[in-house]
Amino acid sequence: MEKPLTQHFVIGGEPLDLAGYEKVGGYEACRKSLKSLTRDDIMKLVKDSNLRGRGGAGFPTGLKWSSMPSSQNSPRPRYLIADADEMEPGAFKDRILMEGNPHQLIEGLIICAYTVDAEIGFIFIRSEYTKAAARINKAIREAYEKGYLGFNILGTGFNLDLKLHISSGRYICGEGTALTNSIEGHRAIPRHKAPRQTESGLWGMPTLLNNVETLCNIPHVVNNGAEWFRGLSKCKDGGTKIFGVSGKVRNPGCWELPMGTTIREILEEHAGGMRDGLKFRGTLPGGASTDFLVEQHLDTPMDYDSVQKAGSRFGTGTMIILDNQTCPVGMVHNLESFFSRESCGWCTPCREGLPWTAKILAAIEDGKGEPRDIDTLDFLVRSLGPGRTFCALAPGAMEPLRSALKFFREDFDAHIKEKRCPWR
Amino acid sequence: MLSDEIKSEIQCGVSVCPTRHCAILEALQIVQKHHGWISDERIEAVAKFLGLTVEEVDGVATFYNRIYRKPVGRHVILVCDSVSCWIMGFENILDELRKLLGIGFGETTPDGRFSVLPIQCLGACEQAPAIMIDGTLYGYLDSDKLKKLLGNYE
Repeated sequence: MEKPLTQHFVIGGEPLDLAGYEKVGGYEACRKSLKSLTRDDIMKLVKDSNLRGRGGAGFPTGLKWSSMPSSQNSPRPRYLIADADEMEPGAFKDRILMEGNPHQLIEGLIICAYTVDAEIGFIFIRSEYTKAAARINKAIREAYEKGYLGFNILGTGFNLDLKLHISSGRYICGEGTALTNSIEGHRAIPRHKAPRQTESGLWGMPTLLNNVETLCNIPHVVNNGAEWFRGLSKCKDGGTKIFGVSGKVRNPGCWELPMGTTIREILEEHAGGMRDGLKFRGTLPGGASTDFLVEQHLDTPMDYDSVQKAGSRFGTGTMIILDNQTCPVGMVHNLESFFSRESCGWCTPCREGLPWTAKILAAIEDGKGEPRDIDTLDFLVRSLGPGRTFCALAPGAMEPLRSALKFFREDFDAHIKEKRCPWR
Repeated sequence: MLSDEIKSEIQCGVSVCPTRHCAILEALQIVQKHHGWISDERIEAVAKFLGLTVEEVDGVATFYNRIYRKPVGRHVILVCDSVSCWIMGFENILDELRKLLGIGFGETTPDGRFSVLPIQCLGACEQAPAIMIDGTLYGYLDSDKLKKLLGNYE
């Protein structure tokens, strides 16, 4: 089984430096792209590869790239941002990729920038990723020295400046337009969806935002072709995926596996199954802001469409496991307290609704819940759902709550009836 | 209020910024690196140096959880309180910190050695429960490991 993304490192080890990366074929895709492929060639490759964005929304990457306006008559500079802010609770795949092979990200970024004709790149990284940041900074320096970044790259006339932007925090920066505001030095509140960022993003210029894992795939698509990339997968979405598992399993961690590997295989074969004495009760398959799936869904293939059909979201592909000795109400309370704290405060339903949700859940968990609280939670799930708020933070926050009320309703009722948490 | 060293660091860091506004966060990060936190006076000094109003700078400073507008200890312990660490028992780590240091979230020891702050998922879920001290990540924590660790920070 091929593992292009992780083939050149072991997790926890030292990454290849530039010379080492070149020795294993690094920057060949960059050379090929800039010297012998046209922008249209690469665009077609990426479209044909069926690569979908790995940041959570799963938008087809080729389609996103082609929404950048044509270079002619375009305002300049044009920007490319790599989203390395990874703050979704439960997600740790981008950290592994950046620590493991920083040059792979930079190479993907250069090819992407060339394809969409962007001349300034940012890697937007959270401040807690200190090790990844140090390794990326070193890799950027090496790439400048070797002429892969900067002016007239490889003598082709293409210019690209790349800067590592270290964030000052807040989960909301994972929202693309809030991230843009943050780079501009504003409070990270989301912007209107129209015009799209590709038309008017950073300082009003055309701006493309891609997730780290998405960009890391690009050199491999260019080197090996779209058909090869599609063949890596067990479903129609191309490529492999870095899947992760956390919670009370025997062997928590992350693994590069074909897109479309089932939840059961990831959980049992790679994460080693549940710890002794514990049973699987449910999972948030794609991070904190996705709906719970339960035992009946274990054979669901982990790909965008299958997980959606099962009633949840693929998200980041990093699963959080709920076992039968952990309180589902307590878990949802933890999640909603998180989302409540991370609301940027810009729109009223989110700013007021999330603390309200968290307070009710705290009361239920403390044995002070009342039967009508369930109705209020149902009301909040509807009121903070898609289309009711300015951005996707609150609707995302409602996904685990909505599904917990559906699958673990008896636990909520037991808390209210017994006036205590049965798990404590 | 701002030393020449800090001023030149800010100048160097923000030379690529197309607007003065986009220099705010980097400037505040630099000041914080030198002084540990950002006082009202330093907000004013940064505003003056960048040619912005105090409100513009403070409005940004107060939004971000990693810009400290109150004094913190010499060492900042960030305790991940997100879901994977909750499942794996971050609350035990908090209890242990309270036992060892006598402080909880948002507090600083009287000798100014440690502050304890909550942090959103550290992206170390496979190593939960995890904390970060002064930018170094520590995972697979338990009481013994935590006790030994704190001894390394004076």
